Amino acid sequence: MTVVARAAVDDTGFIVRLEEFSGPLDLLLTLIREQEIDITDIPIAQIADQFVAAIHGLGLNQAADYLEMAARLLRIKIQLLLPRPLNDEDWEDPRAELVRRLLEYEQVHEIVGWLTGRATLRADRFPRGWTPPDPERPPPPLILDLAQLLQTVDDVIRAMPQPLLHRVVPRPLDVEGATRRVEALLRERGGFDLREAFGPAPTPADVISTLLAILELARLGRVRLVQATPFGTVDIRRGPTEQAA
Amino acid sequence: MDRLSKLLEAALFSASRPLTLGELRRLDPDASEADVRGALESVRLRYDEGGHGIELVHVAEGYQVLTRPELADMIVQAQLVDRPRRLSTAAMETLAIIAYRQPVGRAEVEEIRGVAVDGVLRLLVERGLVDVVGRSEGLGRPLLYGTTPLFLELLGLASLDELPRLDELSVALTPLVAVGPDLAP
Repeated sequence: MTVVARAAVDDTGFIVRLEEFSGPLDLLLTLIREQEIDITDIPIAQIADQFVAAIHGLGLNQAADYLEMAARLLRIKIQLLLPRPLNDEDWEDPRAELVRRLLEYEQVHEIVGWLTGRATLRADRFPRGWTPPDPERPPPPLILDLAQLLQTVDDVIRAMPQPLLHRVVPRPLDVEGATRRVEALLRERGGFDLREAFGPAPTPADVISTLLAILELARLGRVRLVQATPFGTVDIRRGPTEQAA
Repeated sequence: MDRLSKLLEAALFSASRPLTLGELRRLDPDASEADVRGALESVRLRYDEGGHGIELVHVAEGYQVLTRPELADMIVQAQLVDRPRRLSTAAMETLAIIAYRQPVGRAEVEEIRGVAVDGVLRLLVERGLVDVVGRSEGLGRPLLYGTTPLFLELLGLASLDELPRLDELSVALTPLVAVGPDLAP
């Protein structure tokens, strides 16, 4: 059993593995290499099934290129199954085009290996013009062992007056209530000052709720907001839809 | 060190990219190409034999002063420089195809790689390793891509001629042995 074929069976592992391939040809070539198959005489039926198994379950849009290859393999498989007249001079092996592409791709693979080698050598030589790293950047990763880390965590916990537990507080925002209050004010008076809308002794939550309510009403066209000067008072008046109603 | 060598050293020191022989010759209109080559050689020897941390390298159809590779680890550990980021396999494959087939259109690269390459191609153009070098006469006049001097510089190649020839590769695209119908599975 090959690595790829095995990975395909294991439902959790193969996606990560597929990302290691740079494309369907890479995957195909890996399957062929792992089984030491002669590239010019590929057992298409077997390889096609393994290929389909390997890409099975991958998101469609992500695997479009792989699906195309799968379709190609299956077509070749079918072509080989079709009966053909004996001694047909014109018969062409349907695998020929695939073999040509695989060889071409293998060549690219070899060049990539060579280029990577050169790039690695070159990466050890620095030209002038390298800007030194930003001194503000985070310090290098700490080098410490687990005992030191645990000791530090312990110290921090001990330094706390009491364990801090995360508590979920219900959000005191009440936009619906604020909307009702603003609408009541509108019915009562044609227009009013923003501060009046907050009500007596508002909490920050009241202010935010009221603001959200007013903005929503303004969006719906039910109130009109007028501010004559920057930072001046905001007048809230009936909006166009409210007047029409 | 003679005056020309000093001039060359100063120019190479101040440049942040490889300088071509033509550019270096502008330093002294009276110097012949052979003079410049000789002076470059004397600078190179001085760095190699004088116990320097830098060396003169022939790269990207020009000359550049680079730090010596054996010192790289220490400089990087001290966080004084970073190694250039490695390219992904997808980017390297695309680069390899463009290097050998240039000028080449996107469709041909996609045909060989068997995947869409627009994202990778854009990345390579952004990083200055590949550039549009023309347009094909074919349908829709697609853009043609080629490698840049920065490509040579980042691979430490003096010129494209240093790339292995296709017939030197172990997988040569030679005419295939005909696969007879009786060999079909």
